[in-house]
Amino acid sequence: MNKSDTSSVSHNRSHRFRVIRDQMFFTTFVAAVIVGILGLASLLIDVLIDGLPFIDWPFLSSYASRKPLESGILAPLAGTVWVVAMTALLTIPIGVGTAIYLEEFAAKNRINRMIELNIANLAGVPSVIYGLLGLAVFVQFLFNGSRNVTAGALTMTLLILPIVVIASQEAIKAVPSSYRDAGYAMGANKWQVVKAIVLPQALPGMMSGIILALSRAIGESAPILIISSLVWVTFVPTTPDSKFTVLPLQIFTWVSQPQHEFRGIAAAGIIVLLLVLLSMNAAAIWIRSKYQVRPDQ
Amino acid sequence: MKTKRYSETVLSLVSILMVAVIAACGGAEGGSSEDPSEIVIDGSSTVFPISQAVAEEFRREHSHVQIPVGISGTGGGFKRFVEDETDISNASRPIKESEAALAEQNGVSFTQFVIAYDGLSVVLNKSNDFAECLTTAELKMIWEPGSQVSNWNEVRSTFPDKPLRLYGPDTDSGTFDYFTAEINEEEDASRSDYTAASDDNVLVQGVSGDQGAMGYFGYAYYVENSSLLNVLAVDGGSGCVVPSIETINDGSYSPLSREMFIYVNNSSMDRPEVRDFIEFYMNNAGELAEEVGYVGLSAADYQSQLDQLN
Repeated sequence: MNKSDTSSVSHNRSHRFRVIRDQMFFTTFVAAVIVGILGLASLLIDVLIDGLPFIDWPFLSSYASRKPLESGILAPLAGTVWVVAMTALLTIPIGVGTAIYLEEFAAKNRINRMIELNIANLAGVPSVIYGLLGLAVFVQFLFNGSRNVTAGALTMTLLILPIVVIASQEAIKAVPSSYRDAGYAMGANKWQVVKAIVLPQALPGMMSGIILALSRAIGESAPILIISSLVWVTFVPTTPDSKFTVLPLQIFTWVSQPQHEFRGIAAAGIIVLLLVLLSMNAAAIWIRSKYQVRPDQ
Repeated sequence: MKTKRYSETVLSLVSILMVAVIAACGGAEGGSSEDPSEIVIDGSSTVFPISQAVAEEFRREHSHVQIPVGISGTGGGFKRFVEDETDISNASRPIKESEAALAEQNGVSFTQFVIAYDGLSVVLNKSNDFAECLTTAELKMIWEPGSQVSNWNEVRSTFPDKPLRLYGPDTDSGTFDYFTAEINEEEDASRSDYTAASDDNVLVQGVSGDQGAMGYFGYAYYVENSSLLNVLAVDGGSGCVVPSIETINDGSYSPLSREMFIYVNNSSMDRPEVRDFIEFYMNNAGELAEEVGYVGLSAADYQSQLDQLN
């Protein structure tokens, strides 16, 4: 305060103006965050209030019914777990392999640039298109009309593969080239460098991308509606050739029933879907923090 | 240290993958030797609740029979049915000639059963106390293609000056097909400047929250929401009739009551579990249809369809 005695009034004013501007932006950003969080919170609270009373063991362990109170979620829950597990098994090796090839092995020529551009474009194709593709290629051509879990998982794989490839590429790009050089200096060949240096360093970033992509696969209903179309199933898929349904499809059917009680059952289904999602995210965060490389180490 | 951890992860991932593959193969073998009987149903989402209810009750006695039910829509269901992919197709309209021709081409013969009635209900906001009954001609004037009617006093001069807003199912819906065919006298011909939704509950919300609203959908959705909505009586030439179980059942709620069908593949019917299921269906559809908001046929009408089978 005493210092300012010497400075001019105009300096003081411009300083005050900058402080006010600073505060203004701060408030705007906080408001932006609050809008997002409030929206999410009100949605979550609404779903929890509607759905929690219906969540109990019988709900998780029985099949859907025309009677809301006897309805359960076992078949779509098992279907979702099957589809997502098979999708992960197919997507991770193919997606990570593609990313490693494109980043570490492929020559930077026109053909490879075209491939990368097309992968990026595929990430923006609406999911229902993949559903129609899956129906034509997997269900009708590959499986001869059998609408099975494998067809669903293959379709989901196509849907999320571009996301996994792009995220893995970014993670690989983020590994400093000096690390690779150090590997080569030790006499390692390309594959040894990739295996021992690039992959462990890129793993956390790849995991984030893979989990985001699988979360999308869990929430998709449009392609599965086309592939499976089933919404009332009274068995758990036992083989990759089983018929199936998934959580979003079941929730969609419940929401559109005339009986009001189904609104609560649908909310309970949404909670189960969220729990599956959150537990997957938790697993990813755990893996990431376990292998996180701290810069100072 | 780090590399060791890393190779451990790779090892565990690979082993998980192998276990999964082995489990999958083992499972596949087990499945094919067992081969449980299965009746596959697909088609109209409007008929879905009835078929689901019947299948659910049937499985109480025949738990070894699996009956997955899908909602591809009437047209989508027939597309699978004529290619011999499904045993039974739910339909909210009769099979089209083009679809029947495809079935014949693929060597699929089938039997049609009428299983229930639905009364398309024209609904209004609860606050609407002036419009109780409209003629089909007035409905046509409102809904026909190119219609400019946007105020209740244009419908009838005695109605108050109140904006008229319209809600209806989207063009993929069988309800839309039927309503346009009966009211506008040409299937799929409708004015398009109305609020369309594929989910009838969205229409219920729209009409119940909009004072000047008019909408239409299946009877079940009106019954469940009768505290939120007024239903319009329709005059099809022989006086005003309100949709109810009686008027839909005896056909006096005309022209907006429609039949619901199932189509059964004749070669599937040779299988004993399918035949049992159809008999069970016809014996219980009346009661179960009403439980899920539709109107059953008379017991004699079900019986005569079964008799034809034998």
